[in-house]
Amino acid sequence: MSDSKAAGKTRRELFEQRQRRRSTAIAATSTLLVLLAVIIFVPMTPGWEKVQKSFFNGAVLAKTFPKLIEAFKLNIMIFLWSAPLIAVLGLLVALARDAKSPALFPLKILSAAFTDVFRGVPVILTVYLIGFGIPGLGLPRPWNSPYIWGSLALILTYSAYVAEIFRAGIDSVHPSQRSAALSLGLSERQVMRDIVLPQAVRNVVPSQMNMLIALQKDVSLLSFIGPVEIFRQAGVYKSLMANFTPYVGAAIIFLVVTIPATRYADFLLARQSRQRS
Amino acid sequence: MIKQTIFAAVSAALTASTAIAGGHCAAGKTLTDGKLTVATGNPAYFPWVLDDAPESGNGFEAAVVYAVAEEMGFAAADVAWVRSSFDEAIQPGAKNFDFNIQQYSITPERDEIVDFSAPYFTAPMAVLVGPGAVDTKATMEALKGLQWGASGSHTSVQKLMNDILPTKDLLLYGDNADINAAISANQIDAALFDLPTALFLSAVMIEGSKVIGQFAADESQGGDQFGMLLEDGNPLKVCIDDALAEMTSNGTLAAIEATWLQDTTGVPLIK
Amino acid sequence: MAKLELRNVVKRFGDVVVCNGINLDIEQGQMVCLIGASGAGKSTLLRCINLLEPTEDGEILLDGKDIAVPGIDPQAARKKIGMVFQNFNLFPHMTALQNVMLAPRRVYKQSRSELEADVTQLFIRFGLADRMQNYPDQLSGGQQQRVAIIRALAMRPEVMLFDEITSALDPQLVGEVLDVLLKLKLEGMTMVLATHEMQFARQAADKICFLKNGIIVEEGPPQQIFNSPKQAATKEFLSRALK
Repeated sequence: MSDSKAAGKTRRELFEQRQRRRSTAIAATSTLLVLLAVIIFVPMTPGWEKVQKSFFNGAVLAKTFPKLIEAFKLNIMIFLWSAPLIAVLGLLVALARDAKSPALFPLKILSAAFTDVFRGVPVILTVYLIGFGIPGLGLPRPWNSPYIWGSLALILTYSAYVAEIFRAGIDSVHPSQRSAALSLGLSERQVMRDIVLPQAVRNVVPSQMNMLIALQKDVSLLSFIGPVEIFRQAGVYKSLMANFTPYVGAAIIFLVVTIPATRYADFLLARQSRQRS
Repeated sequence: MIKQTIFAAVSAALTASTAIAGGHCAAGKTLTDGKLTVATGNPAYFPWVLDDAPESGNGFEAAVVYAVAEEMGFAAADVAWVRSSFDEAIQPGAKNFDFNIQQYSITPERDEIVDFSAPYFTAPMAVLVGPGAVDTKATMEALKGLQWGASGSHTSVQKLMNDILPTKDLLLYGDNADINAAISANQIDAALFDLPTALFLSAVMIEGSKVIGQFAADESQGGDQFGMLLEDGNPLKVCIDDALAEMTSNGTLAAIEATWLQDTTGVPLIK
Repeated sequence: MAKLELRNVVKRFGDVVVCNGINLDIEQGQMVCLIGASGAGKSTLLRCINLLEPTEDGEILLDGKDIAVPGIDPQAARKKIGMVFQNFNLFPHMTALQNVMLAPRRVYKQSRSELEADVTQLFIRFGLADRMQNYPDQLSGGQQQRVAIIRALAMRPEVMLFDEITSALDPQLVGEVLDVLLKLKLEGMTMVLATHEMQFARQAADKICFLKNGIIVEEGPPQQIFNSPKQAATKEFLSRALK
C-alpha cells in the first residue's frame, strides 16, 4: 500500500476543490449583485430621502446613542434580578405540577392554573394589571414601586413558560432512569433530586436560553408603567426630534446583546442533537 | 337695463368670487376635493373635545376646527374626522388627514419634519400633584424634591430636565391616562400638563389631586404654543394661517377660548 | 423457609394478564434462571419482586415476610433486593464511582470516606479499578454493565435480580459479564436471572423455570429441563432456542 499522502491530490480531492471554488464564486457574485441592487435601487424610490432622514439619520443616531446605552443599563439590571427568580419559581411550579402526594393536590391545581393564566394573558396586560393595579390598592412607598411590580409581572409570566419547559425536560428523562434509581432503594424525592432533575435541567438548557433572550426583550414592556429604559428613552427622543432613528439605535443595541446569545443557544442545541444521535 | 344687468353681473361675480374666495385658497389642496379631513387623538380629551365626539363641535379644539373650516369656505358637513396617534403624524409618507389637531406644541425640531400652522393657543404649563403632595409650595425649590412623572412624548420632559431638575429619576409613561394611574397609585407625586388639562384632571379624574401652580406662558421653553400639524410642505398651511389670522383679529378665536377654556385665575405662579 | 417465596403472584396491565399466578421458591444461595420467549412475563415478574410494579394479587415473601402488601413502603425491601437491567441504566451525568456511591450515601447515610474503601474494593474485584472516574459514555457496554452490577452490590443486597443483562451486549463482551455472575454465585449470592444465554444457564443455574403466557410451565434442575423436558411447550421452545 503506497503512502496516500504522496505528492499530488487524489482525483476526488481535485474534483471537490473545483466544485468548492465554483460555489464560492457563484455565491460571492450573487451576494454582490443583491447588495448592489439594494444600494442602487432603494435610494431611487420616491420616499427614500424622507425615510432615511426619519429612520437612518446619522446625526440623530450619534446624538442619542450615549443616552440610549445609559437607559439600556436599566434593561440589563431588570433582567439580571428577574432571571434567577424566574428560574427558581419555574422549577417549583414544574415540580408542583408533577406532585403525586394527595396532600399536595391543591398545590398541583394551583400551579396548573398558574401556567394557564400567565401563558394565556399577553405580557403587556399582565404588566399593566399588576404594575398599576396592585400599587393602586394603597401600598406605601417604596413598596408600590413600578420596578417591583413590573418585574413581578415579568417573573410570573416567564415562570409559567419556564415551568412548562422544565416539565418537558423532566418527562424527557427516560423512565428506566427512575426504575434504576428506585431499585437501589432511593426515595421518590431523592430520585427527583439526584437523578431526574440534573438530567432534565441539562436537557432543556437550549430551550431556556431562548426564554432568556425573549425576557431581555420583554423587559421593555416595563416602559409602559414608568421606568425609563431604552424603549421609553428612544420614545422621548422620537417625540423631541420627530425622528425614528433612536428606535433604530435601540434595535442595534438589542442586537448586540441578543445575536451572540442566539448563536450560543443554537450552538447548545446543535451540540445536544449531536450527543443524542 | 344695461346698468341693471351690469350691476347684477358684477354682484353675481362678487358673490361668486366671495364664495369661491372662501374656498379659493383651499381648493385642490385637500385630500378629498371639497372636504376637510381633520385628525385628532384617540381618545380626545376634555376640554379640547367633549365626550370624545369632535363632530359635535363641542370642545375648544373642535370649535376651533369648525371655525377655521368655515373661514376657509367649508361647510360643517364637509368636515370629516379621523383619529391618529402621534407617531402616525410624524412618520414620513402620505398622511390620511389634511391637518392634525391634538395639543401639539410647536418646536423647531419637529418643524423640520412636519409643518405647523400658526399658533391657535398659548398654554401655560401647570403642576398637578397627587393627594400626598397637595401641601407642596409653589416654588422651584419645593418642586425639585417631588417624584415626577411625565408623558414620554410631551415637551414637559424638556422643561423638567432643563428647568426644574428634580432630584429623583423621572418615571415616563405613554399617555396621560397612564400618568393618571401612576398618580392614583401614589407612584408619582407630580406631573406637568397644560393648564386646561391640569384643571380638568384635578377636578374630575384624580381624586384628591390639586393644581398647585403654573408657569408664566412666555417663560415656558420648548413651545407651549399649540399648532395644527400638517404634512411637510403642505400648501394648505397658508390657508389655515390666513383663517387663523382672520379669527384672531376679529375676536372669534378669543371668544372660543372664553367659551371652552376655564378662567385661569386662582392658580398661583411658580416662583 | 426459602429466601424468596412467590405465592400465586398475579400482575395485569389493563386487560392483559402478564403474570397469571406464579408460584416459585428460591432458596438462599440459589441461582434461578427464568427462560421463555419475549413477552412471557419474565421481566415483569422480576419487576414485581422488587416492587417496581405493584401486584394485583398474591404474596412475595422475603425471609418469610410479605413485602407486596399494598401500601407498604417499598424502600425497605428494595435495600435488600438489587436489580440489574438490560440497558444498564447508569446515570449519565455521574462518573462510575459516583453512580455506585450515590445510593449508599443517601440511603445508608454513609460518608464518602467511609464508603470509598469498600467501593474501591468492589471495582478492583471486578476488574474496573481504572475506570472509576469515567463517565458511562466513555465505557464499553460490558464495562457499563459491570459497573451496574457493582452499583447494585454496593447496597449489600441479599437477593440480586438480573433482567436479561447480556441481551444488549456485543457477543465478545458477554463473557466478561457472565464471569461476574459466576463470581457472585460462588460468593453465595441468591440470584434470579431472566436470560437468553442457554449455555450459561445450563452450566451455572441451580434451577431453571420455563415461562409461557404468564405461568411457570415447567421448572427443575438444568439437566432435566435441557436434556429431558417433560412439557411439550418446553420442548418446542428449547428446540428453537438451542438451534
